[in-house]
Amino acid sequence: MFSGLNLKNEEKAVFALRALYQKYGYIPYKMSKFEEYDLYVRNKNFLVSDSIITFTDTNGKLMALKPDVTLSIVKNTKDAPGCVQKVYYNENVYRISKSTHEFKEIMQTGLECIGDVDAYDVFEVVSLAVQSLAAISDSYILDLSHIGFVSALLDNVDCSDKTRKDIIKCLSEKNQSAIEKICFENGIEKSIEDKLNVLVSSYGKIGDVLPEIEKICDTDELKEIYEEFSELCGLIVDNGLDSSVRVDFSVANDMNYYSGIVFHGFVEGVPTGVLSGGRYDNLMKKMGRKSGAIGFAVYVDLLERLGMTDKRYDVDAMLIYDSSSSAEEVSRAVNKLREQADSVTAQKSVPENIRYKSLYKLEGKEVKILERND
Amino acid sequence: MKEMINVALPKGRLGEKVYAMFEKAGYECPSIKETNRKLIFENEDAGVRYFWVKPSDVAIYVERGAADIGVAGKDILLEYSPEVYELLDLNIGKCRMAVAAKKNFSDNTATTLRVATKFVSIAKDYYAKKGRDIDIIKLNGSIELAPILGLSDVIVDIVETGKTLIENGLEPKENIVPISARLIANKSSFKFKTQQIEDIKDKLKAQVKTDD
Repeated sequence: MFSGLNLKNEEKAVFALRALYQKYGYIPYKMSKFEEYDLYVRNKNFLVSDSIITFTDTNGKLMALKPDVTLSIVKNTKDAPGCVQKVYYNENVYRISKSTHEFKEIMQTGLECIGDVDAYDVFEVVSLAVQSLAAISDSYILDLSHIGFVSALLDNVDCSDKTRKDIIKCLSEKNQSAIEKICFENGIEKSIEDKLNVLVSSYGKIGDVLPEIEKICDTDELKEIYEEFSELCGLIVDNGLDSSVRVDFSVANDMNYYSGIVFHGFVEGVPTGVLSGGRYDNLMKKMGRKSGAIGFAVYVDLLERLGMTDKRYDVDAMLIYDSSSSAEEVSRAVNKLREQADSVTAQKSVPENIRYKSLYKLEGKEVKILERND
Repeated sequence: MKEMINVALPKGRLGEKVYAMFEKAGYECPSIKETNRKLIFENEDAGVRYFWVKPSDVAIYVERGAADIGVAGKDILLEYSPEVYELLDLNIGKCRMAVAAKKNFSDNTATTLRVATKFVSIAKDYYAKKGRDIDIIKLNGSIELAPILGLSDVIVDIVETGKTLIENGLEPKENIVPISARLIANKSSFKFKTQQIEDIKDKLKAQVKTDD
C-alpha cells in the first residue's frame, strides 16, 4: 500500500508494529501529551531520569510533558479479577539525553498487558517483542533475563543497600572482576560469589545457558524462579522463536521498576538497545493495584540511521521557468514531467543545496532538457 | 567474508602496551608500527581494524558503536559512566585517583573546600559521600598549579608515582580509587559478534598478570 512512498525506517516500523499488535488483539491507546506533575513526584523511583519539563496550566495546575507512558496507562486502569487489559501506543516522551544533558523528544511504540497476568500473557508479550524486532530488521537479538535470580541471591546476603546496588551495576556491565572484588571486600560468602559469577558469565542460547543456571538453583526460592523462567524458555523454543533469543543476566538494571522477567532488544547496526521491557508488578503495587503487569517499548527514533544509504538526489526532475510562461503552462509542464519522474519541483532559478537527477527548462510551451545526472 | 572487529586504542604509551597484548593474542597488524600519520590500520586475515583515538574518547567511540571494543582507563569509565560492558581488567596502566595538596595543608572543615580537577564527577561523588561541601574548579591540564597559586585547596587527579606532585611541593593525601586499563565492548556489538569478542577477551585474559 505504501510502496513507492519512500517511507523512513521509523515510519515503516510504526506501521508494521501497529499491524502486529492489532493482530494479537491489542487495542490502541491514545494519550494526551500532558500529565499532572503530581503523578511523577509520587513515583519518581520509576522514572529513568528525575528531570521533567513542567509548565503551569491555565487553571494553575502544574503539568508535565510526559517522560514516560507506562505510568499514565497504569493510572487509568482498574483492577478486574481474571481480566487482562491489552493496549498498545505510539507516543512521544520527553527525557534528558545522557550525552548532551538536554531534553530530547523520543518516539516510543509499545504495549502493556495489565491485570491478571499469567504465564501465557508473559509468553505472548515476549513473543511479540521478538516479532517486533523481526519486523524492524533481519538481524536482531532479544536478551532475556529474570531479575528474581539476583534478588533471591542477594536477599540471603547481609550487605548494605549500596553494596547491593554496586553488585547489580557490575552485573549489568558484565564486570566479573569487580564482583569478585566487592564480594571479597564485603565478606560475602564464596558460594554466593560463585553463583553471581555464573550469572555474570552466562550468555548464550537458551539450550546452552539453562542447564548452567539450574545448577546454581539450590534453594526453594531459586528453584521456583527457575521453574517460571524455564517454562517461559520452553514455550519460546516450542514456538520456534529461540534462534534470536539469548539468556543474559546483565539485563538487571531498573530493579525498582521491574520484577521477574525482563528483556532488551538489539538490532544490528544500532549501537544501543532499541527495545526494553519486562514485568513491573512492583510499580503496580506502589500504585495500589493488586494485579500484575508486563509490557515493553520500542525506541522507534533510534531506527532513523538503520541501513541508511546516502541519498543521491533530492528530486528527480527540476523544471526552471521564467515570467514568459503562464501559470497554466507551468502547471501543464509539471504534470507532464510527473508522468515519467517520481518527484518534480518547479523553480525560477536553481536553488542551492538541492540535488536533482535531471534539469529541464520551460521555454514558452516547450520543455527542454538541460542536464542529466544519472 | 570474515566480519571485522573495530578496536579503539588509546593513543600513547598505554595504547602501545595494549597493542602488544593484542599482537601476542594473534591479532597483529604490522603496518601499525610504521611511523606515519595514519589513524586506521587493518589486518583482514586476523579480522581486526585498529584506530588510535584520544584516551578520553575511547569510551565514546565504543558507546556509540563506531568501535566494537576498546581499551579505556577506569578513570574515564568512572567519570563518564558510558553504557558499555566492562569485560576485563587488563591490570596495566596502573595508577590511582587521589586527593593531593600542599605538604603543610590541613583541611579547615569550617570552610567550603575548593577542589581543582579534570574529573568533576569522581570528585563530586567522593566528597558527597563524605558529606563535605566543595567548590569544584574544572581544569583541563596542569592541575598541580592550582594549589600552588592558591586557586584551590586540593586537587583530585591521577597519581602514578607521585613524582610530579613532589617536584611541585605537593603530596598525595587520600586515595580515592585504584585505576587500571579495562577492555570495554559496545553492548550491541557484543550481541552480534559475541564469539569474536569473547575470543579476544579470553586471549587477553590469559596474558593478564595478577599482582600476587
